[in-house]
Amino acid sequence: MRFKEKIYLSLTALATLIIIGLLSYIIFDILKNGIGVITWEFLSQPPREGMTKGGIFPAIYGTLVRTLLMLVFVVPIGVFTAIYLNEYGRGSNFSKWIRLAINNLASVPSIVFGLFGMGFFVLFLRLGAGLLSAALTIGILTLPIVVVSTEEALRAVPNSYREAGFALGATKWQVIRSIVLPQALPGILTGAILSVGRGMGEVAPLLFTGVAYYLPYLPSSIFDQFMDLGYHIYIMTTQSFNIELTRPIQYGTALVLLMLTLSFNIIAIFIRYRMRRKRS
Amino acid sequence: MEVREKLAYIIISLLASVAIISVILIFIFIARESLPIFFNPEIKKEANLRVFFFTRDWQPISLIPKYSFIPLIVGTVKVTIVAIVIAFPLSLGAALFTSEFIPGKFREIIKPVIELFSAIPSVVLGFFALMNIATWVQVLFHASSRLNAVTAGFALAFAVIPITYTICEDALNTVPRELREASIALGATKWQTAVKVVLPAASGGVFAGIMLGLARAMGETMIVLMVSGNAAQITLSFLDSVRTIPATIAAEMGEVAFGSAHYATLFFLGLLLFSITFVINYIASTLLERTQKRLRGER
Repeated sequence: MRFKEKIYLSLTALATLIIIGLLSYIIFDILKNGIGVITWEFLSQPPREGMTKGGIFPAIYGTLVRTLLMLVFVVPIGVFTAIYLNEYGRGSNFSKWIRLAINNLASVPSIVFGLFGMGFFVLFLRLGAGLLSAALTIGILTLPIVVVSTEEALRAVPNSYREAGFALGATKWQVIRSIVLPQALPGILTGAILSVGRGMGEVAPLLFTGVAYYLPYLPSSIFDQFMDLGYHIYIMTTQSFNIELTRPIQYGTALVLLMLTLSFNIIAIFIRYRMRRKRS
Repeated sequence: MEVREKLAYIIISLLASVAIISVILIFIFIARESLPIFFNPEIKKEANLRVFFFTRDWQPISLIPKYSFIPLIVGTVKVTIVAIVIAFPLSLGAALFTSEFIPGKFREIIKPVIELFSAIPSVVLGFFALMNIATWVQVLFHASSRLNAVTAGFALAFAVIPITYTICEDALNTVPRELREASIALGATKWQTAVKVVLPAASGGVFAGIMLGLARAMGETMIVLMVSGNAAQITLSFLDSVRTIPATIAAEMGEVAFGSAHYATLFFLGLLLFSITFVINYIASTLLERTQKRLRGER
């Protein structure tokens, strides 16, 4: 290999290193400054004294509840969309339109989802600004993740399995339900976990759909307003009356959110890795 | 039995149409709220296309509200340029390296690690940028303000890298092995093969990767809201504070009077953003599909 090429090659290696280095540094920085803040009290208590002391429990609670609620909608819709694409409508025009829509949803800016959530769920359907509106809005945002992941899993189920089912006299839906879906379960699980990892960290779509700066009580119904980890980071860093004083809370909150999204993503990567291994 | 099959088919088709319906509803509902700009005579006087594109100031809360999009567009373009200039060489370099020069076993580790970048919520990236990048940029460029287009663009690059990297790497990786083998057999080096054979064959995918990264940078909200400084001004310097379109919507929608000119204008900004990303995405996915088909030899 010539000298010049060695330089070019090292540059591509350097690019890889820089990306991994930056990624590690971000995680390290949040970890280093946030770990000391994490105590049982921080995780289990509400904020006190004008949000300068105390914990972030209501924000953790709000984030978890709105994400669970989102799962209830996005998993069935996403899974059945993938079933349609792979089992029923291969190559049909309807499939093409669905694919175009899914692709598009994946690249719509998150703030646009926020506007839509407010215009449609909050105002038009009169669901009000609360957990349900926020969960539905984020559900549409994460729909492509579930569809793509499930479809990949369905595509990996060998056709011979389906044919064996048909040969035994099973109908199409029976084959899907009792042969294809069980085989595709890890893929569906991956999609659901990834959508949780993504949905948890989204803040922009919540801004006009029910997130609150501070609430003295936990939400008691799905129509109530809620606090949220990501939004908490945002307001504490930009609108808190003493930004320097609340720095530890900001780092602690960022660490909790980061650990949640990272662990969901790592679990998903792991399942996917094992799935691919088993196949080959 | 027949009935059950039919029912299953109908239910599945209905659920499958949710994605299409969502896109249509997004368009309808955002357009609906911005329509007064064209049809409500009161609002039309304050906020109209002429004001948006041929005046200079964005001051929606002043006594005489001013709604020029130009400073917002300038801000969005600035941060997007910085983000792409940083993210694209890094992503393409890393994609070339992972796809062409390391053995499969390591590729299976490095690729997911880099993609883990997308697992960091944008609000955490924004917070990190606020605490670290802002300082780096200030020290490096002696900027008068910590929060400016370079800081925001740098932070945005973190959101762009995983997208552009993944799409580029996938595109390079779908190039058939025969092409590489033929090139090596003709005496080309590995580097020559990578750059003169593989890269051109995957160029459609690489281009799609840049475009989708661009769409992401333009539409990202929380990062710019936290570190761009949010000052709507028309300047050439990248070290001035800027205000982008998504940040404007995020910052102002919460306090706006329902149905006012300002409200309709913010929705119109959303419509603009939606339309631009829609077009970019359509072009990118067409390109991607065509490249993949060609590489699989399907013409």
